[in-house]
Amino acid sequence: MLDQTSNDLHSGEPPLLQTIGLTKRYGDFLANDSISIEIQPKQIHALLGENGAGKSTLVKAIYGLIQPSAGEIRWRGQPIVLSGPSEARSRGIGMVFQHFSLFDNLTVAENVALGLDGKESFKDMSARLEQVSKTYGLPLDPRREVWQLSVGERQRIEIVRALMQDPKFLILDEPTAVLTPQEADQLFIVLERLKAEGRAILYISHKLEEVKRLCDTATILRGGKKVDTCNPRLETAASLARMMVGGEIKEVKAPAGRKTTVPRLVVNDLSLAPSEAHGVRLEHISFELKGGEILGIAGVAGNGQDELFAALSGERLSNDPGTVVIEGIAAGHLSITQRRKLGAAFVPEERLGHGTAPRMKLSENALLTGHAASGMVHHGFIDTAATLKTVDRATETFDVRKAKRDPEAASLSGGNLQKFIVGREILRNPAVLVVSQPTWGVDAGAAAVIRQALLDLATAGAAVLVTSQDLDELAEIADRIAVMFHGRLSAPLATSEATREKLGLLMGGSSLEPKEAEHAVGA
Amino acid sequence: MELVEAIILAVLAASTPLLIAATGELVTERSGVLNLGVEGMMIVGAACGFAGAWLTGSIFIGALFGIVAGTLMSLVFALMALGLAVNQVATGLALTILGVGLSGLIGAGFVGERITPAMHLYIPSLTDMPLIGRVLFGEDAFVYFSIALVIGVWWFLYRTRAGLILRACGDNHVSAHALGYPVLRIRTFAVMFGGACAGLAGAYLPLAYTPFFIPGMTAGRGWIALALVVFSSWRPGRLVVGAYLFGAVTILQLHAQGWGVGIPSQFMSALPYLATVIVLVLLSRARTGGSTAPAALGTVFVPDR
Repeated sequence: MLDQTSNDLHSGEPPLLQTIGLTKRYGDFLANDSISIEIQPKQIHALLGENGAGKSTLVKAIYGLIQPSAGEIRWRGQPIVLSGPSEARSRGIGMVFQHFSLFDNLTVAENVALGLDGKESFKDMSARLEQVSKTYGLPLDPRREVWQLSVGERQRIEIVRALMQDPKFLILDEPTAVLTPQEADQLFIVLERLKAEGRAILYISHKLEEVKRLCDTATILRGGKKVDTCNPRLETAASLARMMVGGEIKEVKAPAGRKTTVPRLVVNDLSLAPSEAHGVRLEHISFELKGGEILGIAGVAGNGQDELFAALSGERLSNDPGTVVIEGIAAGHLSITQRRKLGAAFVPEERLGHGTAPRMKLSENALLTGHAASGMVHHGFIDTAATLKTVDRATETFDVRKAKRDPEAASLSGGNLQKFIVGREILRNPAVLVVSQPTWGVDAGAAAVIRQALLDLATAGAAVLVTSQDLDELAEIADRIAVMFHGRLSAPLATSEATREKLGLLMGGSSLEPKEAEHAVGA
Repeated sequence: MELVEAIILAVLAASTPLLIAATGELVTERSGVLNLGVEGMMIVGAACGFAGAWLTGSIFIGALFGIVAGTLMSLVFALMALGLAVNQVATGLALTILGVGLSGLIGAGFVGERITPAMHLYIPSLTDMPLIGRVLFGEDAFVYFSIALVIGVWWFLYRTRAGLILRACGDNHVSAHALGYPVLRIRTFAVMFGGACAGLAGAYLPLAYTPFFIPGMTAGRGWIALALVVFSSWRPGRLVVGAYLFGAVTILQLHAQGWGVGIPSQFMSALPYLATVIVLVLLSRARTGGSTAPAALGTVFVPDR
């Protein structure tokens, strides 16, 4: 009936899973526009696309979490309607979520039990859990509560939970986003093994090198539509990126004539107890950042990056003023506003709720960080014209696209809001800029604009500190890279010497000393 | 000797409505819903419970009336806070105001009437034992039921799959939804259970505590039940300890006044709340990790379909 376009080896046999013209509509917005894909057994199939391309919507429909507006899903050639995830699981479809679907205050075994249909007793299930985790080399202690575990361990729970249902088809949504390169390698071994066992995998990622290495087929989505299917091994990372974006991405260039000058941000033996139950203790952090320099801080999320940002920005104060020195002035005890007056600027990771007040207008948000040092307040009264001018300048300089002149922050897309926030801070001509995850969840075009802006700012003489989990990003813009692990910061490496292997070892908590590290693997 | 026995009996009687209402609210909050309308559900349960018992002459049917009335009140809350995703704090407060007014309306015709209160157990020789006889073997059915209720809830929460799913909804509703659990339906049942318990706790007052109905007779017990849930850090075992402790404070306050102890009664009335604040402080200082409150408590959840 349907033309079998793929020249697969399984001709005659229907694909394991197939979507035909799958469409999902939210009001006027088409999240998925008539998408047809085919997944064969023993295939690792990549799903590529930028944020908002419709990847998550598609896999949610395949997993039964949302109902498609039109089109159908076929499982082994038969049309199926999935009433919910439990039905998908009973047919043999498993899913590992990007933002883990785990319960922090429950134990590992309870978390796994919640992902199963509950037909076996808790004791039998626990025994099987230990057996499955041993078989696939994914060690887990069933009695521990999730909040005590590392990100890598949490992902193991998700994978083991999916494997315990013996799925024929497994969906993985950005599984390596939070892993060290070494942890990712271990994951790939497990995935190759699952493939060899005859299972199919749908692999969502935007790490293109990874996709080239692991995947047999790639489907590319853009703006809710399928734009291409290809063999990623025959493509280059650049050609895959072009298909995702639908055009060339502007290359980020380091401007010539960059010189390092005096130290502008110095951190001396900064230690800080955690402020929250699940927080990380900062231990003896020291570094020096000169004008004209970009220092990158790599590391798996949750190793103290948030706490370091809070200590640098003044959201948390230190008892010892000398721990944070901005422009030669001891500032460890100074408030956020006082630090801004010294010439520092801060861009936190979370755009909505931390970087901006979501329901306030852009002009009001510009005022909130600029009131101390940017002449927008006279004798306690707001100069509305000046705040609007700031918005206009940020809009123009950083190509912020929005529907009105001064909309609410929450109405902007992630990339445009991030361009606005970075622009708002850069337009203040800061001497020191501390920025956390500058391009997280931002489309490739906006990411290039932001990275270029950071490079230009350093060229103009500012000291820039960038925290990022994206090693490629740090390699592209940073002069030196240090790694955070368990609240400690490694000595910075020159970017030219910071190989993925070295950074990966540091991110996993090993030292770079030549002697054998005695840490227990996976314990 | 007899005074001690009388005090213990009075403490048990004063604690029972607190224990029943707090057990229900504990289940509601464990599912992630904060229903501040306990006082309102209790007072409506009291009015309807008395009406039922007066009309039929049966304490049992009166208790059923109370349970049904509390459940109906909780359904109003569920419709607003879960169905329409209205702010839970505001809805709960509104429910209490509604309940106080509604109970006055329902109970207006019954003020001044009397019923025969619930019978107490009597086992010859056992009940006649000195000191502990009447405490252990001479209570009314509500007291025994309240103990069974807490044990049942403990067993449900920690030993059954349904209880695990309910706790999961309270910890992270997004994850529970992603795994395919009907979060809103589960929460609705939890809210209804809380309402049923509050209604029964309210009905206990005119059916067993005092054999008549007066408007506003719950007198803040719903608020104490809410504080109790926090005091217990959401654990059924500690809830029993807390309920009897709070009950004891209430009774001792009366006796202290009788004995002429020079402590203002207002201070004694405030003790349960003060105790809750102190426990909260101690808990948060002693905490090494994990959260004591259900992580999703009081947050609105709207599933995307």
